[in-house]
Amino acid sequence: MAVKVMIPTPLRVYTDKKDAVLLDGTTVGELLQKLTSQHEQLRKHLYAENGTLRNFVNVYVNNNDIRYLNEEKTPVRDSDVVSIVPSIAGGREVV
Amino acid sequence: MTKVHDTGIQEQVQLSRDEIRRYGRHLIMPEVGLEGQKKLKASSVLLVGAGGLGSPLALYLSAAGVGRIGIVDFDVVDQSNLQRQVLHGTESVGKPKLQSATERIASINPFVKVEPYETHLTSENALQILMNYDVVVDGTDNFPTRYLVNDACVLLHKPNVYGSIFRFDGQVSVFDAERGPCYRCLYSEPPPPGLVPSCAEGGVLGVLPGIIGTLQASETIKLLLGIGEPLIGRLVLFDALKTEFRELKLRKNPDCPICGKNPTIHELIDYEAFCGITPPLPTDGRQSREITVEELKQRLDQQADIVILDVREPHEYQIANLGGYLIPLNDLPKRVNELDSSKEIVVLCASGVRSARAVNFLVDIGFAKVKNLVGGINEWAEKIDSSMASY
Repeated sequence: MAVKVMIPTPLRVYTDKKDAVLLDGTTVGELLQKLTSQHEQLRKHLYAENGTLRNFVNVYVNNNDIRYLNEEKTPVRDSDVVSIVPSIAGGREVV
Repeated sequence: MTKVHDTGIQEQVQLSRDEIRRYGRHLIMPEVGLEGQKKLKASSVLLVGAGGLGSPLALYLSAAGVGRIGIVDFDVVDQSNLQRQVLHGTESVGKPKLQSATERIASINPFVKVEPYETHLTSENALQILMNYDVVVDGTDNFPTRYLVNDACVLLHKPNVYGSIFRFDGQVSVFDAERGPCYRCLYSEPPPPGLVPSCAEGGVLGVLPGIIGTLQASETIKLLLGIGEPLIGRLVLFDALKTEFRELKLRKNPDCPICGKNPTIHELIDYEAFCGITPPLPTDGRQSREITVEELKQRLDQQADIVILDVREPHEYQIANLGGYLIPLNDLPKRVNELDSSKEIVVLCASGVRSARAVNFLVDIGFAKVKNLVGGINEWAEKIDSSMASY
């Protein structure tokens, strides 16, 4: 019984190259806390120093942004997929 | 935007016999037809960047018969572009990208008017350039330009067809603040410099911008024609390794600083400063690829995310080491794939000679964040850790 947390490519270097991690938890916040305790280096990429999620990292439960649900208190169930989606830059070096 | 085209502009635009023959496969589809093809001819698109994403966009939008295509780019074609920037050929290396883009588009479709802007897009010129186009396509890979394009599009009420790529992953969406969220609704602030690797540092699968750029081209044509369901309010994520498309819902953020209910941004700002980028200090290339033992100690004490690459032999490693990742210099070429080019790497050997060669090798093959430890581990033993063996 676990929720799948999808790890985006730029952050897989901090999760031993895993693209998804299965975790137990009832809220998004609980899952992310477990994830960042297992992979300590991930923490500074997800959380600002004041402990809030960073503005350039969005978290979705299935296809919904948790900012419009109950943020980190958003409940999760076993069949849910949690996605971490940071802003990425690509295409052309400088314009 | 469809309003512009619906006010009888098609009557003013005519297709020649050659054009009718050329666009035949569009004309026989009821969703496009003669009216739609005339719409395309009357329409205009601005491509910001003629690189990886801009390449398929320029090729397909010109082939499709978009009347005017503006391109903003000031770069010249480099050998390392050719792996993915299919707009440019080997013979164009060293020439301005705008030149090869213009020539290639003319060869694909002489009915298209290309409007080149050989300049950086800046807060000073962006509104003036963007205002002349129906749709703006963001093909940049840096955050200052991305926020600049977004804000300018919001202020001008233009749709912004967004694409982004990293290694094997791509993102596509359409930001149109009139009908849905803008990029700032998605990410109100950029990451600080250095935290997220860029394409140049992280690498990219050459075909990926082809896939993402053609999706952007498809969205652009739908917007111009006013057909289908544009990607407004939706973000498509593509994973090339899994061949998987996922879709996330994007919402308009009522607190968005530029398109929300009480916007705080009413004009273009200084985007370099907004993204925390300060001009680099003048330094020659050699100095910038060196780090002293004192600097390294300080960075490690700050728990900086640094990979230490030790290029000595295993028996030397046993004598003294800093816990670095061991790849003997001679093995480096065949084991280089064990290294992550997006990370900051400090290379060391006994005295700094072998590691300097390793740094040169890594820089030549595209590692951007690699530095040589001056004086090597013996200098470390002498100046930082007197308990360490030197040899």
